[in-house]
Amino acid sequence: MIAGGTLDRRAVVAGLLRDRGDLLVITGLGSPSYDVMAAGDHDGNFYLWAAMGSAAMVGLGLALAQPSRPVMVVTGDGEQLMGFGALATIALRAPRNLSIVILDNGHFGETGMQPSHAGQGLEFSRVAEAIGFPKVDLVMGMQGVAPLRQRVHACESLNLAVVKIAAENLPRALPPRDGVYVKNRFRMALGHAPA
Amino acid sequence: MAPDLAAAAAPGWQQDVFDVLKAAQVKHVVYVPDAGHSTAIRLAEADPSITSVVLTTEEEGIGYLAGAWLGGERGALLMQSSGVGNCINTLALQACTRFPLLMVVTMRGDWAEFNQWQNPMGQATEAALRLMGVLTWRADDPKDVAPLLRGAATMAFDGDAACAVLLGQRLIGEKEWLK
Repeated sequence: MIAGGTLDRRAVVAGLLRDRGDLLVITGLGSPSYDVMAAGDHDGNFYLWAAMGSAAMVGLGLALAQPSRPVMVVTGDGEQLMGFGALATIALRAPRNLSIVILDNGHFGETGMQPSHAGQGLEFSRVAEAIGFPKVDLVMGMQGVAPLRQRVHACESLNLAVVKIAAENLPRALPPRDGVYVKNRFRMALGHAPA
Repeated sequence: MAPDLAAAAAPGWQQDVFDVLKAAQVKHVVYVPDAGHSTAIRLAEADPSITSVVLTTEEEGIGYLAGAWLGGERGALLMQSSGVGNCINTLALQACTRFPLLMVVTMRGDWAEFNQWQNPMGQATEAALRLMGVLTWRADDPKDVAPLLRGAATMAFDGDAACAVLLGQRLIGEKEWLK
């Protein structure tokens, strides 16, 4: 068991989003949204500000509706804990174009750094393996980021990566909070008209 | 009961649920199973043009349908009234992004309920949905199912609203507990 890690979350996320091409990104509420925003706002980003536990399921629905586009969910260990069952739902469907990246600092960072289940013994990579994710990565060092980015773009298999990041609260980079705007912007980038 | 006999015995309104969803160009049917939805679930699972997803808990369906809509496709969430309670906080996702959310809810704790543990959530279902800004309709008569669901689908998909059709226990029939 490893409680969090040492990686700089912003450097990890910036590395995953480098030369993003046609990548679509869903972010879990809290710091993962700030990390993705800090790497640069983009029409292909959809940021959650509530509905804790839903990020991975938004990614599943998007991946199945857009099977030719790579979809990456970037979330935290606390957010994914609230959507624990969703991992089972996703493992059954196993879309090849979906990657789930859990930034694991072992804490609920947004609420005062209380230790999370992941910080007290639960290892998401083992959970994902047990429920049938065909590909699971445990990223402990920056050298693991480029191969993970490659996997996200390859669309060869549903995959989940647990990235062990340092437990620290960085300056917030706030994404837009107008959900209708972000939704319409995202859909228009895919060629869909607003209602 | 063999599957073909089960299909033959299913009341017409159960078929209507699927037919209306199909006509509304629903491409994703996500659900936590209930006996009242068994026909729609079976037909959706068998339809190659529909992606069917069984959920572990109902609120997963709200995130899923938000994602499918971001990707340009329509869906519907089928569940029992108990599952409405599981969805409450997640309904914020619909309220804040205004994506079309169509829900079909089979009622428990509503009429002739044998298991009183179903009553608290069953009695609160419609009020809870309305508190969260969901538009609701109730069907207790088989002939009302298709028109109510068709109207709900119109207001969801053309008006970016959250819409729920509640299928009452008088419609579904009394559950046989002692066989």
